[in-house]
Amino acid sequence: MNIIVCIKQVPDTAEIKINPETNTLMREGVPSIINPFDLHALEAAVRIKEDLGARVTALTMGPPQAENSLREAVSMGADDAVLLSDRAFAGSDTWATSYALAGAIRKLGADIVFCGKQAIDGDTAQVGPETAEFLGIPHVSYVRKIEWIRDNTIRVQRLMDEGYDVVESPLPVLLTVVKELNQPRMPSLKGKMAARKARIRIMGKADIDADEDSLGLKGSPTKVKSIFAPETKAGRMMLGGGPEEQVDTLIKELRKIRCL
Amino acid sequence: MSVIVRQDKCTGCETCVDSCPFDAIEMRDGRAFINEYCNACTTCLPVCPEGAIIETEAGAAPSDSGTKFADYRDVLVFAEQRDGRTAPVSFELLGAGRRLADRLGSRLLAVLLGADEAEAEELVRWGADRVYLCSDPVFRRFNDDTYAAALLRIIEEQKPSIVLAGATPVGRSFIPRVAARLRTGLTADCTSLEIDGETGNLVQIRPAFGGNIMASILCPDYRPQMATVRPRVMKRGRYDEGRTGEIINTGFKDLESRTRVVETVKEVSEISVNLHEADIIVAGGRGAGGEKGFKLLRELAEAVGGVIGASRAAVDEGWVPYSHQVGQTGKTVNPKIYFACGISGAVQHLVGMQSSDIIIAVNRNPDAPIFNVATYGIVGDMFEIVPMLTARIKELKGQS
Ligand SMILES: Cc1cc2nc3c(=O)[nH]c(=O)nc-3n(C[C@H](O)[C@H](O)[C@H](O)COP(=O)(O)OP(=O)(O)OC[C@H]3O[C@@H](n4cnc5c(N)ncnc54)[C@H](O)[C@@H]3O)c2cc1C
Repeated sequence: MNIIVCIKQVPDTAEIKINPETNTLMREGVPSIINPFDLHALEAAVRIKEDLGARVTALTMGPPQAENSLREAVSMGADDAVLLSDRAFAGSDTWATSYALAGAIRKLGADIVFCGKQAIDGDTAQVGPETAEFLGIPHVSYVRKIEWIRDNTIRVQRLMDEGYDVVESPLPVLLTVVKELNQPRMPSLKGKMAARKARIRIMGKADIDADEDSLGLKGSPTKVKSIFAPETKAGRMMLGGGPEEQVDTLIKELRKIRCL
Repeated sequence: MSVIVRQDKCTGCETCVDSCPFDAIEMRDGRAFINEYCNACTTCLPVCPEGAIIETEAGAAPSDSGTKFADYRDVLVFAEQRDGRTAPVSFELLGAGRRLADRLGSRLLAVLLGADEAEAEELVRWGADRVYLCSDPVFRRFNDDTYAAALLRIIEEQKPSIVLAGATPVGRSFIPRVAARLRTGLTADCTSLEIDGETGNLVQIRPAFGGNIMASILCPDYRPQMATVRPRVMKRGRYDEGRTGEIINTGFKDLESRTRVVETVKEVSEISVNLHEADIIVAGGRGAGGEKGFKLLRELAEAVGGVIGASRAAVDEGWVPYSHQVGQTGKTVNPKIYFACGISGAVQHLVGMQSSDIIIAVNRNPDAPIFNVATYGIVGDMFEIVPMLTARIKELKGQS
């Protein structure tokens, strides 16, 4: 069985803020990490390899520096690492990202493709399902448990708003995973050695038989027009005085707007 | 269109480097250089003190979407159901969709799969002009393949200009497949939708980077313009008992799903339902200090007829169960009044509650970010303020 895990290198966003005066991102010193959901995807793949036997390939589309994430993936148990990198891919939205990833996956071949539920920077959760559509294979989102794999079929639990669905799908399939699925392992010593020696395969646009007009900025239907800081509510009021006076004013204000 | 740095003007001050949402500006030989990751969003242009960053092939005239997309007119809403009952997010989408359709002078269409005629009539009363209804039980349970195929057929036939769906587990799962197939853009998890007066394009606002930034997104060259919309953010429209509209019963033959739902398991706690529907939420954070603080909050909640919410810090401490958690990793709520007591106001919490009508913040730290979103801010000790407030409200209610 061949398993491909799609991983994205992201800034550790919990730390990224926007400067409200200049409207610019303050990303100085923010480290790059593997998108946290993708670590759970990788862990799921490595466990299937341990249980049933499989070859696990980590795949990322990004700039040359994204190689670091791939080495980290190898240290956690991936057998192969593929870096999809080409100037032509730059500026891709989810449509163009999925188009390119699907091109690479088709070339590599996979029985199961794993993605994270969403990337913590773009936050769209769209790349998984769009990639499945381009590949012409089914997908299941929000997988929180893999029940079994046999006879070319997989049974998983899909997290929903009010509980979960038990879903069966034939292989090949694409799964996007949530954090409840597992606890990702720490890299072993052996893994770290393998990571250092790992050969990273690089694929460019010529390797995925792509239609030039569907790549990168040119191929992307959505355009980010501007970014800005989340607005703070107008008409806010700090209530002064001692506790009694503060409570008093609050009650008066709430009665004024008929909330009490 | 592309963005470049005029090397003769650049002074190497590096101001622009951090302005780029795509990390596409780097320093080379002491000058700013825009690399291939540029999205041409032009955020950096006004940032440069020297005016050294410019657009080449400047501003391709605003695409004439009016004539190019003359065939694409209506606004279409995907109305989600659960167990045959229309989900609340659908009414919010109809509210947003109605406003957009009125602005464009077009019709509001709705698609309802797996519910009956009575539910479809409700959609009309909430603002739809026409409902495509398919009551086939195959749609009762959610499968990406069948939902995507059905919606795709209606979109291809009706050619709407705008398609909206809820950013729910259902919408976020199958709508991307539809967008991929239609070769069009999809904007995720929008919190605001407007029509650009000049071009008629849909301006879609959404949070990214975990809610730390907002982005404004366009899909100028493809139709339909598709968006998923975060639940509990858009306001419902007016419910009109006497409103009439068309209901078109649609049958789909030969729809097959490769995936199969073998079982649906409900795991709802009373609380999670209550939090979504509550008019008043009394929430506590780390500043509540423990069970004792939450006891005070519960008393306030009882006095005002509200329910208990919590920040992640309070949940992680084990003072309240996870089902009460509000924020990025918890629930998004939108009550009339939100009391934030002893909550500092990390963005991850704010994204889950900042659209509440009135926010009352009580915190000892005057610099706590919660005060930036508070309608009324009280700098003080919640152990003092909250019981006082409870007593006063009880008193008032006793009188009336
Ligand atoms: C502020 C901002 C807002 C944006 N809004 C939108 C928008 O509304 N619509 C839109 O189409 N694009 C949008 N984009 C562009 C989008 O972020 C990029 O296309 C991005 O490459 C992929 O989307 P994502 O980060 O949301 O990934 P998600 O779809 O959230 O990622 C899900 C999973 O897909 C896999 N994956 C994602 N990217 C890669 C990759 N490069 N390599 C390997 N695996 C990957 C991972 O397994 C990941 O866990 C936005 C970008 C920015 C900066």
